[in-house]
Amino acid sequence: MGFLDTQYKDSNIIVVSLEKALNWARKSSLWYMQFGLACCAIEMMATAASRYDFDRFGIIPRSSPRQADVMIVAGTVTLKMATRIQRLYEQMSEPRYVISMGSCSNCGGPYWEHGYHVLKGVDRVVPVDVYVPGCPPRPEALLQGFLHLQKKIMNESLVEGVDPTKAVVIEDQGGENVEIKNVDETEEHKKAQIEFPQQDAHRKKSGS
Amino acid sequence: MTTVKEKSPEVSVTPPVDAGNGLKTQEMVVNMGPQHPSTHGVLRVQLTLNGEIVVKAVPHIGYLHRCFEKHSEEMDDYTKVIPYVDRMDYVAAMSNELGYAIAMERMMDIQVNDRVEYIRVIMAELQRIASHLLAVGTFGLDIGAFTPFLHCFIEREKILDIFEKASGARLLYNYIWVGGLMNDVPADFKKDTAAFIKSFRPQIKELNDLLSDNKIFVERTANVGVLPEKVAINYGVSGPSLRGSGVKWDLRRDDPYSIYDRFDFDVIVGEGRMGTVGDCWDRYIVRVWEMEESLKIIEQALDQMPDEGDVHEAVPKKIRPPAAEIYCRTETPRGELGYYIISNKKTSPYRVKARAPSFVNLSVLPAISVGAMVADMVAIIGSVDIVLGEVDR
Repeated sequence: MGFLDTQYKDSNIIVVSLEKALNWARKSSLWYMQFGLACCAIEMMATAASRYDFDRFGIIPRSSPRQADVMIVAGTVTLKMATRIQRLYEQMSEPRYVISMGSCSNCGGPYWEHGYHVLKGVDRVVPVDVYVPGCPPRPEALLQGFLHLQKKIMNESLVEGVDPTKAVVIEDQGGENVEIKNVDETEEHKKAQIEFPQQDAHRKKSGS
Repeated sequence: MTTVKEKSPEVSVTPPVDAGNGLKTQEMVVNMGPQHPSTHGVLRVQLTLNGEIVVKAVPHIGYLHRCFEKHSEEMDDYTKVIPYVDRMDYVAAMSNELGYAIAMERMMDIQVNDRVEYIRVIMAELQRIASHLLAVGTFGLDIGAFTPFLHCFIEREKILDIFEKASGARLLYNYIWVGGLMNDVPADFKKDTAAFIKSFRPQIKELNDLLSDNKIFVERTANVGVLPEKVAINYGVSGPSLRGSGVKWDLRRDDPYSIYDRFDFDVIVGEGRMGTVGDCWDRYIVRVWEMEESLKIIEQALDQMPDEGDVHEAVPKKIRPPAAEIYCRTETPRGELGYYIISNKKTSPYRVKARAPSFVNLSVLPAISVGAMVADMVAIIGSVDIVLGEVDR
């Protein structure tokens, strides 16, 4: 191809772009914050335990937000907890990612209609990278969420101003290419947006 | 419920004291949680410390209040309450469903056939083992023993496989319905369960070798967080935490519901083998041996279970109980779970109040943690085995 790979053909030199190398390193050791909220936390533990084994993806739990790369919001986010989650997210060092696990943290789940103390989606307080549906999601679903996050990370760019998370094409199992957008931007979301005056006020106050 | 702003807790610490060597010491207030790997969820304990000794511990709850009562009133159907009942104590969903189903059946005077009863008991006891495995595994994890956690989860997954075959779900089942079951168990249910019992018996011994008699584990748990018999009864503690204090009280034996009077099993109580009666180690070992007793019950139930019987026989299409109120209590893995249901002849309950064992057990925390070290708090919280979904509901 070029000069480098022919010059050092017999030695152990890999030629790769810095961006790709960084992304590869980043995606291969996603340390998540060991932080369970509700039922989904039990499934998160099951995923980390013997049968499903997070460790083979380089995903290991950390107890402190300072050491974590990714926060799994596993369970129902209540209004009392929302501000704490925001604080925890702010304490994480960049680059940081959020996986919203389960219906409750995606949109309120079974507590959507009458849950007067339940935040209708954790994306109202922190930006979410991957949504994993289910109540609770199976461990396989959470693992797939992580695989999607890894694909997303591989598309990141060092160039400032380019937001790689905005439009990432992920090949779905069905073979169709699905464009992943930030949920707030999609037309469907705008249409489906229902006002929660009290929670929106809370959101405005917390400044996200 | 107009504001989410919380009042800052009133912090009252004593003024600095001269330690005698020219230094001044003062009490300190430390928050443990709501994000803490060992609080089993989102519990916050406000600790007042004198050096490393706990002077006062105040648990703050409400971080997982999911409006259970409101939902049960709004669902417009008694059966639609069951999924929310599942999500109260999410580690032992089957036991919660059983309690609710029995309460509703007593209220409406429904008789279910024997096959349903036996399947329910087997499911509830399997769930007890699964729940205790998780409690014991995470307790070890909190203390610093990682390996038993993995062993416990291997066994727990086997139970979840049986549940999944029957109900389709791994964690929250919605399987036990008022007047029956969601559907019949699969054809190889008996075979699977018998195989599980056979493979699980030796694992209890292995767990004892790994954890129970482990020197480090015993040092961390024996004589720590001693809960005397009288204090336990006064606070209304129930379940393994009460039996760990040496009180022989088990609703399955003392107030039999369902068909528990047909089985022969022992009530395990703590004896203070490693330290004092009612310490963390006792509460732990009660859970371990209760799994063995649950195996005994399941074995007997498998032998006696009739092959004939429709699980949908008594399932009513629309439940409309007479105007009545009922309090019904059952023994879940965490203790005495009571449902107080009021109906007013409508399709939805007027009120469903759950007396959650975790909530009551948590209330004893300030009493038993005074004088303990900070590191012992982890052991005490782990040994009381609370599930925050049930504490806050």
